Amino acid sequence: ARYRSVDEDFFEDLEEILIAADVGVSTVMDLIDELKMEVKRRNIKDTNEVKQVISEKLVEIYHGEEDEEVAELNLQEDDVTVVLFVGVNGVGKTTTIGKLAHQLQEDGKKVLLAAGDTFRAGAIEQLNEWGNRVGVDTIKHSEGSDPSAVIYDGIQAARSRKADVLLCDTAGRLQNKVNLMNELSKVKRVIEREVPNGPHEVLLVLDATTGQNALSQAKTFADATDVSGIALTKLDGTAKGGIVLAIRNELGIPVKYVGLGERVEDLQTFDPQAFVYGLFADMMDEE
Amino acid sequence: MAFEGLADRLQNTIQKIKGKGKVTEQDVKEMTREVRLALLEADVNFKVVKDFIKKVKERAVGQEVMESLTPGQQVIKVVKEELTSLMGEDESKIAVADKPPTVIMMVGLQGAGKTTTTGKLANLLRKKYNRNPLLVAADVYRPAAVDQLETLGKQLDIPVHQEGTQANPVDIANRAMEKAKEEHLDYVIVDTAGRLHVDEDLMNELSQIKENVQPDETFLVVDSMTGQDAVNVAESFNDQLDISGVILTKLDGDTRGGAALSIKAVTEKPIKFAGMGEKLDELEVFHPERMASRILGM
Ligand SMILES: Nc1nc2c(ncn2[C@@H]2O[C@H](COP(=O)(O)OP(=O)(O)OP(=O)(O)O)[C@@H](O)[C@H]2O)c(=O)[nH]1
Ligand SMILES: Nc1nc2c(ncn2[C@@H]2O[C@H](COP(=O)(O)OP(=O)(O)OP(=O)(O)O)[C@@H](O)[C@H]2O)c(=O)[nH]1
Ligand SMILES: [K+]
Ligand SMILES: [Mg+2]
Ligand SMILES: [Mg+2]
Repeated sequence: ARYRSVDEDFFEDLEEILIAADVGVSTVMDLIDELKMEVKRRNIKDTNEVKQVISEKLVEIYHGEEDEEVAELNLQEDDVTVVLFVGVNGVGKTTTIGKLAHQLQEDGKKVLLAAGDTFRAGAIEQLNEWGNRVGVDTIKHSEGSDPSAVIYDGIQAARSRKADVLLCDTAGRLQNKVNLMNELSKVKRVIEREVPNGPHEVLLVLDATTGQNALSQAKTFADATDVSGIALTKLDGTAKGGIVLAIRNELGIPVKYVGLGERVEDLQTFDPQAFVYGLFADMMDEE
Repeated sequence: MAFEGLADRLQNTIQKIKGKGKVTEQDVKEMTREVRLALLEADVNFKVVKDFIKKVKERAVGQEVMESLTPGQQVIKVVKEELTSLMGEDESKIAVADKPPTVIMMVGLQGAGKTTTTGKLANLLRKKYNRNPLLVAADVYRPAAVDQLETLGKQLDIPVHQEGTQANPVDIANRAMEKAKEEHLDYVIVDTAGRLHVDEDLMNELSQIKENVQPDETFLVVDSMTGQDAVNVAESFNDQLDISGVILTKLDGDTRGGAALSIKAVTEKPIKFAGMGEKLDELEVFHPERMASRILGM
């Protein structure tokens, strides 16, 4: 074994590996302090045993007070379910919509897409191509048109075509752009007005490669659109996405999906246990 | 939530020193500890931070700081100087080939901003340097990647070479080279598909394109919000493609941007430009000193 005992060296390496996973230095330091106490209290000497404690503590940070399981998607029984996708530029919103549309279809749902990104070059075509790929229709206007109007039309179309789920794409925007965040709030208000209790989910898409800025993203997007869950993308790379721990802990927003590639089938529901283990697995697997 | 800048972080220690009127090694230790935290919160890679702190400490226990009347400011000065020098000189020049066309290849992770920056560079080359670029749509994987580049080409009125999504990216790039020669276009900018640095097949594809078109510049495009993983990404791309420079995107956001320091430290390649928005004229020359201040939150 690389670590014979749970000593200072062990904790130092653990600290580094968690910082390297983007968990965030203050969260990591708190965690290490607690771990040290716990290890002492339970008189743990063996590195294998401590693995369990690390997982427990990380899951505890993730869950905080609440420990109930989070429902995947707040699906409506007798009305169209409207899901709004938001996030900064290039994180994977459009791709995640394509993958989720595929999953919902496999579950027997009738899905419709709304091309609410009317700004970025090729965005409408991109969503439309995802729609074709998975076999669902896309409601679209021309480039440069008002995103709220597209979403409005999407809702009407979903109603008349008796769709079960409407997935709404929006343009990527950095959270410090006040005008663009206001535009997003407006899109949400249109959904609120047209659909009772809608939007039923607001999914914030976060790129796992992102560092500490993801916390600021979560906070600002939550203020603007009342985010209900996170889709954490690009976990198929070497980045670990540890910042979602702090996001859940500080803002209470749960991760619902993880993206693991660019193909239709590369979307999975989030498993906190497996995720937290992944944050420090490298250290343990070296044994 | 708002991360504390380095100056705020050093306040406590500075107050303490004021009371004593003398700087001890313990004080320096405390101050470098705050520097470490500030850099980690700014997403600088922990290994890079480690080396950096070592350097700062060496200088800080010297006379410069220990005997200064304003040790806090002195530490900040040392940190800023070291950061700025690590990040290099102002480097905004784009290569010019002896024999046209000059070839630029854009590479990087998914969603970093390659396609948008391709448009921005073309715009800059034409506006500032009076050049005639050709854009090449060598991303045949991402849905509508070709449409995206076509649209940018139209917006700029700059030609795009595309062959749809059935052709091989290496062939597309080769034919674009011929076209540029025939039509006397003096720059060729190849937009490639985003890919993970650990994807062997796709990384090999980039090597092949590179071998074929012999680019004068290979720009690694990196999202400035990238966290600790930036070093792995930059190191892999550089090892496999010997990049010539880095373009940092989305700096119009509120990220501290510590990735810049990480990338520079592991690749030793210059950061040349900064993306400052989604519009095609929002590309700026990269300023190391400004970046140092930004990372330190001051
Ligand atoms: N490896 C990997 N790539 C992904 C994943 N999700 C999305 N991508 C890629 O990331 C890039 C950006 O994805 P998009 O879906 O266009 O992102 P977006 O958030 O809609 O981007 P904007 O609309 O421009 O803000 C594309 O190349 C996708 O193929 C993932 O889980 N893993
Ligand atoms: N705010 C801001 N957005 C940017 C900047 N550069 C690119 N973007 C946005 O980031 C997103 C991704 O940009 P793309 O150019 O599609 O990125 P890419 O690297 O080509 O993506 P793939 O081809 O999927 O790998 C788009 O929404 C762009 O508008 C920038 O400097 N600032
Ligand atoms: K990104
Ligand atoms: Mg999109
Ligand atoms: Mg692209």
